[in-house]
Order: sequence, then structure tokens, then C-alpha cells
Amino acid sequence: MGLKGRDLVSIRDLSREEVVEVLKASRRMLPYSEGSKIGHQLEGKVLTLAFFEPSTRTRLSFETAMARLGGRSVTISDPSASSLRKGETLYDTIRVIGQYGDAVVLRHPNEGAARLAAQASDRPVINAGDGAGQHPTQTLIDLATIEEKFGTLQGLNVVLLGDLKYGRTVHSLARALALFGTSLVLTAPPTLAMPEEVRKDLDSAGAKVQEEPELERAVKNADVLYVTRIQRERFGDEAEFAKVAGSYRVDPALLEPAKERMIVLHPLPRTGEISPSVDASPHAAYFRQAFLGVPVRMGLLSLILTGKAA
Amino acid sequence: MTALRELKLTPIKNGTVIDHIGNGLALDVLRIIGINEIDRSSTVSVALHVRSQKIGWKDIVKVENMELSSRKVNAIALVAPTATISIIRDFHVREKRPVDLPDRVVGVLLCPNASCITNQPEPVESDFEVARRKPVVLRCTYCERLVDDFLHHLA
Repeated sequence: MGLKGRDLVSIRDLSREEVVEVLKASRRMLPYSEGSKIGHQLEGKVLTLAFFEPSTRTRLSFETAMARLGGRSVTISDPSASSLRKGETLYDTIRVIGQYGDAVVLRHPNEGAARLAAQASDRPVINAGDGAGQHPTQTLIDLATIEEKFGTLQGLNVVLLGDLKYGRTVHSLARALALFGTSLVLTAPPTLAMPEEVRKDLDSAGAKVQEEPELERAVKNADVLYVTRIQRERFGDEAEFAKVAGSYRVDPALLEPAKERMIVLHPLPRTGEISPSVDASPHAAYFRQAFLGVPVRMGLLSLILTGKAA
Repeated sequence: MTALRELKLTPIKNGTVIDHIGNGLALDVLRIIGINEIDRSSTVSVALHVRSQKIGWKDIVKVENMELSSRKVNAIALVAPTATISIIRDFHVREKRPVDLPDRVVGVLLCPNASCITNQPEPVESDFEVARRKPVVLRCTYCERLVDDFLHHLA
């Protein structure tokens, strides 16, 4: 089954083959995303961006993706000026505006909002983040960055570092990597360990998962070090937060024993987890990861809107 | 039915018997049935801590003149998975079946995630899929939150 006309609400909506298809499409989009080729694939198409929560980068990268392929986008980005403010339900709003364009991209503060929007709209709905919930295009970008660097997603050793309990983008990434038989190493403070159910889900998906609480040890064998934010509000006590956050800080000394080709990823924005002095290191791949947001979204939009990615 | 049990709970002419409820769970089952929804002239019998050959100790609930909706049966399946439900008509068991958890549980539980779209003023019912059966874990089809504590989240 192709992706044309499909919703993308959660990474669970995609099979392994479909993930591969999106990554392949994204690679083809690279010259267009860099401006070295002019794209016309989405000429005449209109993308409706409904952003009920502020997000500059995700919104801009979707708008850029459309523009680079000759399509157009219309955006609601101020919920206070919309009819939601007047008490209209999200369901009705999407039911109405979903008909205007060829697809809807939704960002919303409530988890599950994109699933509801997909039910409300006849046109495809792409989830661009619903609260602390799913953000499947971020997962695709993470995968694209790993694949670009290593040429494969298989046989790699990926360390997931930080808040593995609440950070659901990391759950989505882990699940997607499990489809490719990647080895996952979980490095988290005990209070933020990956929930048992997610672990079991990964086991049944065929992932090789192990825990390594010592960051230094985890880094030595890593091909990818995926860093996430540890949020202050998860800790009752400021001193406890400072202790945990301090023990998981990535700096040049930590990366010294790492493999030469190891890359550090982060969904950004960072808040101190990665020292800026890492930026100059050949391991730092998080800015490339952020750039790949554009070609990955180009590839995805092209597949969903036209069924093709050429 | 043994003579001993006949003494403990009087037979009903028409209604529902929920048997093999896990020991101590009868009051939770009553909460699901909704005691206020039962006609005041219909007898409700509850037996707690009854010996059972099948599950050791069990609870039993009998409600006269009432048959359970499928939603209530689904809720009982979550809270008391060993229960069996018998429909009684004219003192005879017309139908007896174990409670059976379907693959999807709609409108039975509230999502424990306060920020889930199903807990907002939207025209949407809660909807869970079974993530695991033993022990039962459900996943909200909207926010994907996993739930294994059903009693505190009944709708």
C-alpha cells in the first residue's frame, strides 16, 4: 500500500517498508532542498498548516518543503485569533479547514489531537506534534540522519540518553529503530528509565535492548548517541535535578574515547545537555539533523500528495 | 449449583448472575453495574468470599430484572477478568459465558492522561486497544497512553 492519501499520526502507522520509502524519497529531495535543483512536483497543491501551539522550526520546514517543490501553504498560527477561541471544537475546525487544501499539518497542545483531526478530515492529516505525544516526522528525520551518515540503519549501536520515561519522541524513535534490528542501549537516571511496557513493546518488535547507566561506558561502543532533554519539572527537588542533569552532560571529554564515526543527535532545542564546545567536533550531527527536516518533509509530502517522489 | 450456595443467595426468576468474580471485587462490579440504575423493587444479592472449586475464593453478584449492556460487560472484563455472566429467565440459565475482552474498548474508561484529546470538550469517545492480554494492558488509540489500572478510570 502506497502512502498517497494516507494520514501520518504516529510512527506506528508506518511499516518498515514505508519508512524505507520515505527515507528514499527524502534522499532524492536533497538537491531540491539545497536549492541546486528547482522542484515542481507539488505545483498546484495547497498545504494547510494548523498550528495551535507555537513552533517556529517545524512550521517553517513544512512551509519551505512545500515552497521548494512549487506548492503553496496556508497557515493558522495564532489560535487566539481563531474560532477555537470562540469555543469551536478542534473536530469542527479541522472538518471545515481540512476541505480547503490538499492536506493538513497539525500541531496541537493535546495528545491524540492528530488522531481526532484525521477522523475529522477527508484529506490526509500529518501530525507535527501533539502535546507530549507523537511527532512522527521528527522520528523520520532522526532515521534519515542516521542513514545518511552510516548508509544503513542495520547493525548499529544506538545509545538513547536522558529522559526515557516521559520523552515520547524517544519511544517513537526506539520503536522505529526496532523495525530495523538496531541495538539499543538505554542510558537514563533510574527515575527516568524507559517504562516496562515500552520495553516489552520493543522486545516484541525484535529490538535488542540493554541498559547501561554509565554514560562513559555507553559512549565507547556507540555509533549514535541520541541525547534528549531532561526536564526540570520532572524533579520535585532542584538539587536532585542538578545532580542528574550534570551527570548526563555531553562535552568533548566524554566523546574522547568514542568511535571515530560516532554521531551525536539531539532533536533541539537543547538546554544544556550538549555543551556548545561539542559543536565543532566531527561527532556533532544535530545541526545536520535539523536541516534534514526540510528534505524529509519534502519526501513525505510528495509521497502523501502525489504518490511519487521523483 | 450446590445446595450450599442456594442457601447463601436466593435464586432469581429473571436477571443476571455474575459469578466467579475475583475475591473481594464484587463491590467494584456493583459500581460498574451502577446500583442507582437498578429498579428499587429488584433484589440485588451480593456474596463475598465464597469458596470456589475453580478459583479458590470468589464473589457473586445477582441482580434481578436486569441484563447488562455490552459496555458494562467490557468494564467487568477489565476489573474482574475471571467472571462469568449468566442470563436467567424464568429461573433457568438461558445463557452462560465468561466475560470476554474485545480487541477494542470504547467508552468504558476515561483516559488517565488529563491532556488527552478524549478528555477535552470534543465530540469523541474514549477508545482503547488491547496492547497485552495477560495481564491486560490497554493503549489509548488517541494519545497512546498505556493503562493497567482500570478501576480508577471507569467512565
